[in-house]
Amino acid sequence: MTNTYTLSRRAAMGLAAGAMALGLAGPAAAEVDFSGQTIEWIIPFSAGGGSDVWARFNAPLLSRYLPGNPTVIVVNEPGGGSTRGANTFAARAQPDGLMILGTSGSTQFPYLLGDPRVQYEYQDWRIAMASPTGGVVYTTPTLGLTGPQDIAMLRDVELIYASQGATSLDLVPLLGFRLMGFNVQHVFGFRGRGDGRLAFERGEANIDYQTSSAYISSVVPMVEAGQAVPLFSWGVLDAEGNVVRDPTFPDLPSFVEAYETLTGAAPSGPDFDAYMAFFTAGFPAQKMVFLPAGTPDDIVAVYQAAFEAMKADPEYVANATEILGTYEQVTGELAQTLFELGTTIAPELRTQVAGMLAADYGVRLGE
Amino acid sequence: MLDTLMSSLAALLSFQHLFYMLIGVSVGLVIGVIPGLGGIAGLSLLMPFLYGMDEISALAMLIGLVAVIPTSDTFSSVLMGIPGSSASQATVLDGFPLARQGQAARALSAAFISSMFGGVFGAVVLTGFVVVARPLILSFGSAELFMLALFGLSMVAVLAGRSLAKGLAACVIGLLIGSIGGAPATGEFRMIFGFTYLYDGIPLVIIGLGFFAIPEIADLLRKNSAIASGFALGAGWFQGFRDWRANIWLSIRCSGVGCMIGAIPGLGGSVVDWIAYGHAVQTTKKDPNFGKGDIRGVIAPESANNAMQGGALLPTMLFGIPGSGAMAVFLGGMVLLGIEPGPSMVGANLSITYSVIWSLALANVFGAGICLLLALPISKLTQIPFQRLAPFMIVLICFAAFQATRSLADLVALLVLGVLGVAMKRFGWPRPALLIGYVLSMQSETYFYQALQFNGWSFLGRPGVIIIAVMTLASIWLGLRNRVDEYGHLAPRDDNAPDKPSLRAHLPQVVFALLIAGLMVVALTDALRHDFLGQVFPLSVAIIGLGMMAILLPQLVWGKTGHHSHFDAELTGEHVGQAGIGSLWGGLGWIAGLVGLTALIGFYGAVLVFFPLFLLVRARAGLLATVLMTAGAAGFILLLAWSLSLNFPRGMLQEAMRLPWPFR
Repeated sequence: MTNTYTLSRRAAMGLAAGAMALGLAGPAAAEVDFSGQTIEWIIPFSAGGGSDVWARFNAPLLSRYLPGNPTVIVVNEPGGGSTRGANTFAARAQPDGLMILGTSGSTQFPYLLGDPRVQYEYQDWRIAMASPTGGVVYTTPTLGLTGPQDIAMLRDVELIYASQGATSLDLVPLLGFRLMGFNVQHVFGFRGRGDGRLAFERGEANIDYQTSSAYISSVVPMVEAGQAVPLFSWGVLDAEGNVVRDPTFPDLPSFVEAYETLTGAAPSGPDFDAYMAFFTAGFPAQKMVFLPAGTPDDIVAVYQAAFEAMKADPEYVANATEILGTYEQVTGELAQTLFELGTTIAPELRTQVAGMLAADYGVRLGE
Repeated sequence: MLDTLMSSLAALLSFQHLFYMLIGVSVGLVIGVIPGLGGIAGLSLLMPFLYGMDEISALAMLIGLVAVIPTSDTFSSVLMGIPGSSASQATVLDGFPLARQGQAARALSAAFISSMFGGVFGAVVLTGFVVVARPLILSFGSAELFMLALFGLSMVAVLAGRSLAKGLAACVIGLLIGSIGGAPATGEFRMIFGFTYLYDGIPLVIIGLGFFAIPEIADLLRKNSAIASGFALGAGWFQGFRDWRANIWLSIRCSGVGCMIGAIPGLGGSVVDWIAYGHAVQTTKKDPNFGKGDIRGVIAPESANNAMQGGALLPTMLFGIPGSGAMAVFLGGMVLLGIEPGPSMVGANLSITYSVIWSLALANVFGAGICLLLALPISKLTQIPFQRLAPFMIVLICFAAFQATRSLADLVALLVLGVLGVAMKRFGWPRPALLIGYVLSMQSETYFYQALQFNGWSFLGRPGVIIIAVMTLASIWLGLRNRVDEYGHLAPRDDNAPDKPSLRAHLPQVVFALLIAGLMVVALTDALRHDFLGQVFPLSVAIIGLGMMAILLPQLVWGKTGHHSHFDAELTGEHVGQAGIGSLWGGLGWIAGLVGLTALIGFYGAVLVFFPLFLLVRARAGLLATVLMTAGAAGFILLLAWSLSLNFPRGMLQEAMRLPWPFR
């Protein structure tokens, strides 16, 4: 891990430029030509969701910057909590660059947890691009807090969190809150973070998190009106794989800083390792684009080059903040590192998390 | 606010914006006409074009599409008895009998006027409420949502049919089907029996098509005649308008109900038409003829389902929480255009909100106008011999069914539920009761669990909960007094039904009831395997269901002749004894053939074989007609699949070799 992979825009651009200069992407682009062909971008979710919008944002730009300007179509293959689409891709895609897969945390988590529906193997695939995201945890001022510095006041309070399910992306807050020693009652069955935010606004839940763009549009007005108090951002990864402050929210502590404020020490141990595995898969490496097993280097390189080149496109610049938040899509070694961190988990950690979910939340995997 | 209102209207009335809205309206009309395809398919169709369009035009186009789907889906509900989308399932109950009596034009024009009125009503309500809606929406917590789900379930009372035990048992089956898949509290997977497909539960579109479309097709096919056989079409146009005028208060009430249910996030729009229909039955005193072709049974749901879209825009724009599948795609479209939903929609972005509302009102007017113009020519379809129409309908329904997860499993599920649906229709089991159970199953369980977690049992004392509870009790009381089924209005305990006095003749319906009881036992045993939170809902529901069966089965076996629990259309239906009636299962056999062929050679190949085969063998069409119709259908399906960029379900052939699209 010698390269920096903080997710700031400038560093990412610099690295990408470096990678191109090293010949990773440059010359190969001339040999691959997709003229007149159609590229299917498999999205294992239904139309209209976050991943679908993300792919539809990228698809025309990808078409513009791939050699030969192929048609890029988004093909929705929903089902099985995104495992069906990923299985379909694993079974069908040929190493010719004409079928790519967009995954999300919901595709990574079943894989990490050993869900029996998973018939795909991330380590076979080749990454073209990774698209990170972030989020902010907040609570209600009725608990007496005025800002992130008061987080210790939550320690002896009964907290209620409106969750989408213990094996969904809400596993990250579940593990995080446990690590911090909070007494949180997770009420399951919510259909999205927006649904959970509504429960918070109704006063049914008293702790919540939103991804960055939803936080900015829907929670910041509440903070300004004195109806919500931010606690911390999940943070982003720096060059050494440490969690640091999210550049989108420079005034908010990261999860790790908040933990230190609470306990006086830096987090460590197997519980923290388990948290980090799912955090990485859920935030810094949330959305990724893959080419199937055995795809030749030159095809991977033209994809990476296209994803880099589109960042200068006026349409990308104009709309990126709405779609991606303030995070830059990354390729090359950066993406590779995020990919590896976000799709590997030590077997004993997997067993530990699965055991905890079964014992405390009645979640039985593999049935 | 008034300034913003007028300026957004002015902005919308430019040629460019109206043009894009009309594109949305046209696509919506076409998609709505095709049974099973609704807002989700339509919006996905338009999504790729949003890129780079200006905000107002793009939103006008999307809204134009969403607004008119509940208008044009009425065509197939009324003309074929096949719900055009989940929003107009209740329209079938009275609309289709009207079409069979040759009054299709009257039913359609009443439906379109009601749709237009409901849509405009929704937009007007939205205009007034959008600024103050936030606190109103926030006052509905999990406890109130649970009570609303119960209120929805109370409509079963009206739709339970002749035998209450049968009706409740059907509702239980719906609740159990709805509980297949992940449990909301624990994520445990229930009743999956090792099938990956069942992990997500059975999709609504499959339920709607399986229980309503397939039995209707099977029924029409065996009669070998046109839908409106022996009747002139009649110029019912103005009659329909007068019908609406005479029932304007019903239309207003149902629009209000639709708008409100749409605005409350989390209930889901698919129950709106049933609530409106139930309301119409409950409150009609003068010459009720529901189930046999009462125009009020068309006006009520059609007013409600268009108004619902207006209501559903509120949570979508204010909170970013889509009230329905179509709204989820609309939300995606908004984000793609760079509009983030949230409080700003009634602040800095109020003008966008108003242009959306105005588009909604205009699109409803345009949509209903176009449909009115088309009503007469399209209702001529009911005079075509059905065996010529059938292959189109079968292929379209299968096409719509696999939109759910794009796999062969969708078609198999459709077929299995279709068999169940045909049997339910034959033995007088009320399918609407099943459907209501299904659409409210997940909501009832989830909100009950959440309300208990958030409030404990004290949730029962909340004022909102008490108000809705009183409404629910009133609805049950009214409902039990005015029961209705697809064979007409009936008095409870009506023991003079046509019947045949022998146990042997009753054997088929007894066997079917035993089968239903068996399904409940299967659900019960499966529930026992799960944690308390995962099992409590299916377990209690299955026990109630078995209780109903314990009442019903003895009645079926020992009940006196003409007992209200007895029903078998094969004994007493009006077709019995007529010449030229085919087998009840003939139509299902053809559908099974198409599904089987798909498993072998993939869907598109299967259509190319199925279509000419059906036309030549079953419909006895000439060679030229067969070729032309096959080519037309194949081209249409291809165009649709291409514009939705989807792959057809694959068969064994595709596993063995690589083929080019559309065969792959």
